[in-house]
Amino acid sequence: MATAAVSAERENYLNKEYGIRSWLLTTDHKRIALLYLVSITFFFFIGGFMALLIRLELLTPAGDLVLADTYNKLFTMHGQIMVFFFLIPSIPATLGNFLIPMMIGAKDLALPRINLLSWYLYIAGGALMLYAMVEGGVDTGWTFYTPLSTAFSNTHVVEAGLAIFIAGFSSILTGLNFVVTVHRMRAPGLTWSRLPLFVWAHYATSVIQLLGTPVIAITLVLVVLERTLHLGIFDPNLGGDPLLFQHLFWFYSHPAVYIMILPAMGVVSEVLACFSRKRIFGYGAVALSSIGIAVIGFIVWAHHMFVAGISLYSALVFSILTYLVGVPSAIKVFNWTATLYKGSISFATPMLYALGFIGLFTIGGLTGLFLASLGLDVHVTDTYFVIAHFHYIMVGGAVMGYMAGLHFWWPKITGRMYPEWWGRLAALIVFIGFNLTFFPQFILGYMGMPRRYWQYPPEFQILNVMSTAGSTILAVGYLLPMVYFMWSLRYGKVVGDNPWGAAGLEWKTSSPPPTFNFDETPEVTWEAYNYDQIPVPKEAWLEQ
Amino acid sequence: MIEHFPLWPPGASSISGNVDALYIFLTLLSLVMTVAIFATILVFVTKYRRREGVDAEQIHGSVPLELAWSIIPMMIFMLIFAWGAVIYFQERTPPRTSAEVYVVAKQWMWKIEHAEGQREINELHVPVGRDVRLIMTSQDVIHSFYVPAFRIKQDVLPGRYTTEWFRATKPGTYHLFCAEYCGTAHSGMIGDIVVMEQSDYEAWMAGGKANGTLASNGADLFQTLGCPTCHRTDSQGRGPNLIGVFGKPVLLEDGRTVMADENYVRESILSPAAKVVNGYKPIMPVFQGLVTDEQLNSLVAYVKSLSQPPAGTQSAAAGTKMGPKE
Amino acid sequence: MSNSAVQTESHESHGPELLHHFVSAEQQRNTVSLAMWLFLATEVMFFGGMFCAYLIYRTWYYAEFAAGSRSLNIWLGTVNTVVLIGSSLTVALGVRAAQMGKRKLLVVLLLLTLVLGLTFLGVKAIEWHDKYVEHHIPGASFSVADLVREYPQLHIDQRHAQIFFSLYFAMTGMHALHMVIGVGLFLYLTYHAWKGTYGPKYYTPIELGGLYWHFVDIIWIYLFPLLYLIDRKPLK
Repeated sequence: MATAAVSAERENYLNKEYGIRSWLLTTDHKRIALLYLVSITFFFFIGGFMALLIRLELLTPAGDLVLADTYNKLFTMHGQIMVFFFLIPSIPATLGNFLIPMMIGAKDLALPRINLLSWYLYIAGGALMLYAMVEGGVDTGWTFYTPLSTAFSNTHVVEAGLAIFIAGFSSILTGLNFVVTVHRMRAPGLTWSRLPLFVWAHYATSVIQLLGTPVIAITLVLVVLERTLHLGIFDPNLGGDPLLFQHLFWFYSHPAVYIMILPAMGVVSEVLACFSRKRIFGYGAVALSSIGIAVIGFIVWAHHMFVAGISLYSALVFSILTYLVGVPSAIKVFNWTATLYKGSISFATPMLYALGFIGLFTIGGLTGLFLASLGLDVHVTDTYFVIAHFHYIMVGGAVMGYMAGLHFWWPKITGRMYPEWWGRLAALIVFIGFNLTFFPQFILGYMGMPRRYWQYPPEFQILNVMSTAGSTILAVGYLLPMVYFMWSLRYGKVVGDNPWGAAGLEWKTSSPPPTFNFDETPEVTWEAYNYDQIPVPKEAWLEQ
Repeated sequence: MIEHFPLWPPGASSISGNVDALYIFLTLLSLVMTVAIFATILVFVTKYRRREGVDAEQIHGSVPLELAWSIIPMMIFMLIFAWGAVIYFQERTPPRTSAEVYVVAKQWMWKIEHAEGQREINELHVPVGRDVRLIMTSQDVIHSFYVPAFRIKQDVLPGRYTTEWFRATKPGTYHLFCAEYCGTAHSGMIGDIVVMEQSDYEAWMAGGKANGTLASNGADLFQTLGCPTCHRTDSQGRGPNLIGVFGKPVLLEDGRTVMADENYVRESILSPAAKVVNGYKPIMPVFQGLVTDEQLNSLVAYVKSLSQPPAGTQSAAAGTKMGPKE
Repeated sequence: MSNSAVQTESHESHGPELLHHFVSAEQQRNTVSLAMWLFLATEVMFFGGMFCAYLIYRTWYYAEFAAGSRSLNIWLGTVNTVVLIGSSLTVALGVRAAQMGKRKLLVVLLLLTLVLGLTFLGVKAIEWHDKYVEHHIPGASFSVADLVREYPQLHIDQRHAQIFFSLYFAMTGMHALHMVIGVGLFLYLTYHAWKGTYGPKYYTPIELGGLYWHFVDIIWIYLFPLLYLIDRKPLK
């Protein structure tokens, strides 16, 4: 870690104690955030490596790189690892963990030991997932659809299911901690209407984690019980209903999309405000739309099942509700765009990612309208159209937001600046690589290429080649930050408390912050994003 | 190489044009919105770049604007919803006179049986212009019968029937894909839909040697299994008379009413006690595990044939149904 | 709600039980109790998944559920219900004893709770064993031939009956697992109560443990009628 580099400075959370014990037994939310950061990065690169193998296999129509079973395991575990071990914890467990107490002027999260426990649960789940992987893997698809998962697959479904079950409790505890913290630990004067939008977004996310995750937990338990003890709750041979599994699965797994995207929206709000030097346009609408998304997000799950065999009328209801959840998302996009109006805009790396987020999220959201439309969904569901759509949301949205946040708060976390020029280059590479990878997949999907295909008819090849080419560019775009972030730990320029001239309590303490965040508990007397009261620092990274 | 680079799937069914129209509309709408947002962002970030001495103007928001960009998208969304719903109704409502084809999916093949008795594997021959309704079930996991050229897809579930229908409009050979991941050879569970001119189709039909129609096979099986002992053709049997039952509501012993559709007939054979007809005793043996899915299909086809005017009227199907305008 | 966690920099002397990042014991107590309630909300969703499955299958396969329900031992179920309600009473009294600083009474009440909890688990084990003897445990040796004979009026389909027993074991098993965790929790609380950790100033752990115990009770209060009392009226 960066401890060596900062030893000469004043005491902070990094140099207060040294040694592996001081990290593994820490209850400091900032250190736990870094533990998470390292762990999820590890899983991100495992999942990413699988994605590259998948893309390489799809370079040619024939199944010639790996065996069909291997391919099936690759996309299954790519999905499981990326969803449950990277995207779900990504922003909340790292940036949220690090920043929420500071943003609300608290010394720590409300339940520091629970926070550490949450990380250990994540690690236990991750270890079990890795065990399932090296033992031979899982091939059910990340969706675990029954009866394939309960009665037909002879891979390590039980281990993977339990791994996700355990990681689920890690997610629940993180969400629980955030809700309690936001309710009980706010600094004096910090009313709900003064909270940063980052905190609002995490609050909404946490509610989903609390109420959604237990449902997938019990669902996976039932799958495991069906496999091991033959409790046939979804078994069609007994008159059990495989669609019941899908309902329970999507009851969590649709809102889970919002667990991934809402925190990214929170990041984007902070970054846009800072680099436009403005209050977010329509603060109240943006804050409430997060809550709206979280609430409506719970009642749209069966739009994943329009061709699964649900009744015509329930399909109508779920389609119309899905359009409802589109409205708050649209509101956010319009408000962000309006925030730029009459701003004073500069283009540091976080801002590039944030603007990229708006663009890609817009495309992801608009293609969601295609999928929510019943008549069209019949044709494009379970094709590459869906793959493209949700990667625009989860990679183009959530990961772009994550990268924006990581760059934005990197100087706060480490006390050092990443190399700005490389940052902008990487952002550009990611943007180009991403679009080249996933845009052709929309066309592939409409042409009818089903998802999870190891081999495919030759007329799909050229688009697949483009996609594979894009994925290699994307890989470079993700490796670059990995390298320069490491580099900056030792060689990055040492920064002051507020290198961006940003609003927000987290910038009022030193970089890196002291263990208890603030030497004196702040008292808040201003609204969020009071950029008219903060001067722009004269820093190289803010030059155009 | 360019012949391997199409950007549009062939459209070969009565609804493919409708789906394409909605798709084109949504694509244009998305394009307009994306361009509008990208352009606005570009204009703003150029026009309002940071300049020395020029501060940002603090704007808190605007209620009229907020309302506008909540309500207008909402209205557009409702339009898209309605349009999509109309097409979905078409996709889910087969014309009454559709020809029926039974599909049994298993890892990893499609077994198909025509009402006339022809059997095919991973191939389905249909004539142009005929409404065809697929009655599908799976022997193992969930599959999905997907024909991109027809823009239709329906999951195929174990333990029940699901259905979909189409009317092919252009002769040709089209992809049949399994679209629900079903294990090792999922991507090999593909086949061809061969759409033929009526005359070619008849020639093809005559060429295949079918052992009786599906319904007549069902009738034979009905005898073999001893069903007529109770299901007599008068009202004196210990089981209900099955003539004219199919497609009508049935009053059950417990007062409920169910529609006598394929799933009901299927359930009544496999698990007879589940929904007993009013006035009868639940004495019928359970056939779960005793008949194969194919045998079950023929029994269902037989029971259906008891409710239809003499066979042979199906080919006149094209014409005046609720299929879309063309 | 609008308690914006008033943090005045008070330097009143606080005991070791007050964690560093809280300002006052009251803030700490409010915080952990909110956390417990939220945790119980997640537990409601956890069991909710199974209740949802139960409701659907009960509607579809009512006869088999009724027959399966009749095969459960209503007397043992009732005894267990009474035992658990009794244990909730001892927990509630225990919280009060802690608040009043009666250490011995607290220890006795906690021990009583433990005894009642273990009694519940023992009775549950007997019931499960009965099911094992009757071949009512889903799996290869599952058979409800006895129920088919006993209730010919219900026209039982063995397969559907297996779904009932699958749910029965999933739900009561998950509940029993929560009971086991509760027993572990109360062993810990009893030990600390015996050491005198809790008193009028600091009894939050007892309160939270009590909340958990009541919650597990309430789950049983739902499970009992849903599983045991589906259809007990005499058959025609």
